[in-house]
Amino acid sequence: MTLAALTDVEVDYARGRALGPFSLAIQPGETVALVGPSGCGKSTALRLLAGLEAPGRGEVQRTPGLGETAVVFQAPTLAPWLSARANVTLPLELAGVPRREARERADAALARVGLSGAESARPAQLSGGMAMRVSLARALVTEPRLLLLDEPFAALDEITRRALADDVLALWSMLKPAIVFVTHNVEEAVYMAGRVVVMTKGPGRIAADVAVEGPMPRNAGFRTDPAFRATVETVSLALAQGMAA
Amino acid sequence: MRRLADFAAPWALIALLLAVWEGACRAFDVPVYFLAPPSAIAASLRDEWPSLLQAAWYTLSNALIALVLASLIAQALALTVTLSRLLERAVQPITVVLQVTPVIAIAPLVNIWAGTDHPEHALIALATIVAFFPIYSGAVTGLRSADPDLMRLFDLYGATRLQRLLRLRLPSAAPFLLEGHKVAAGLAIVGTVVSEFVAGSGKVQGLAWRILDASFRLQTAKMFAALFVLGVMGVVLYGLLELVERAALRWWRGR
Repeated sequence: MTLAALTDVEVDYARGRALGPFSLAIQPGETVALVGPSGCGKSTALRLLAGLEAPGRGEVQRTPGLGETAVVFQAPTLAPWLSARANVTLPLELAGVPRREARERADAALARVGLSGAESARPAQLSGGMAMRVSLARALVTEPRLLLLDEPFAALDEITRRALADDVLALWSMLKPAIVFVTHNVEEAVYMAGRVVVMTKGPGRIAADVAVEGPMPRNAGFRTDPAFRATVETVSLALAQGMAA
Repeated sequence: MRRLADFAAPWALIALLLAVWEGACRAFDVPVYFLAPPSAIAASLRDEWPSLLQAAWYTLSNALIALVLASLIAQALALTVTLSRLLERAVQPITVVLQVTPVIAIAPLVNIWAGTDHPEHALIALATIVAFFPIYSGAVTGLRSADPDLMRLFDLYGATRLQRLLRLRLPSAAPFLLEGHKVAAGLAIVGTVVSEFVAGSGKVQGLAWRILDASFRLQTAKMFAALFVLGVMGVVLYGLLELVERAALRWWRGR
């Protein structure tokens, strides 16, 4: 059964067509990367999947109910006046989960992202990578069926990026949500996703839909595997053609 | 050493200016009703301090009452108008007119309404009008300043209007509200003093009346003494609010 699907959607903004016609179906538990040039409508596609925006034309089907979709933005987007714990508790409190249970679940979610002991720290006291982990914990605390990540690691350095990519995959293997994430980085897309969807330059359409072979979560040597390199080349080529088209 | 110099420099300049002032008054035999030397002002401060203190308290207490009133009215109105765009548009021209009209121009009118029995009502009303605007505009801007991605997150989890207001918009507005109150406090004192001048009668016993009364009698030293107290009062109030703002912002930002 399909978890969420966009069928022939088109989105127009005041400055012109942003996306489409574009179709994408997400199956439960799969990890999908959306790559494409700047301004191709990747983020718009993500907001359609989240139900945060409606398309001008076409159809959006979503099976996840209220609170079963989570979004992680490019910036950590934490409330500066709340502690890490209170930030993670927020989605549960909005859903009316009792305070004590919410607190326990938030602490468990922070422990899963390796932030035990930082529960009462404020966002300003955390490094960029740690703040992003709090943001991930907040997204996962409701145990969503659909997790959407909008260039989540773009502002981080390479080492933190790679560590977080492994963390996301480890978290995925625990809860098995479907993950859709947007990135500019082809290697990151191939490393993290079981399926890479390449978009053309804006208004975005599908240039290629590439399946990535290999174990999930990735093992240590995966980045140097010839199959990995070959997939990265395939995706890069499709991206170049999509930009020229 | 450098910090000591930084600290001492403004005081040294003040001392130098006072010395020049004192010396010039003596050297040129300036009449004391025209320009009183610092020594005469100090003597006046020493002799008059109980009545000056009383006058300062009169001005300050009215300014503080006005600040509290302005704060309550401005925040209540800002909350109301954020409920509807139409309401905000309707209210906006009136608030702008209130802001750009000089308080001294409406003071005589308000004095008539307050009547001669309660001249302090006019002071409070006028100072409230002046202090209202910075708090109101800070509140309106602040309530709209929430991070748009955090807004989306609240959408995603189906937050109610009340949850959005209490958990996102009000906390986001805090820095703007603090800044607005700091500006408003200074304006409340200005508003009080200006309307004391316009009231211009012995029934209003604030610092402005002391200045006015002393000027009628050509007691220049006493005028300077009242001005000095007024200046100190303003600086202390501003400094206190600056401290409160810094502490509150440190707490809000978490560092």
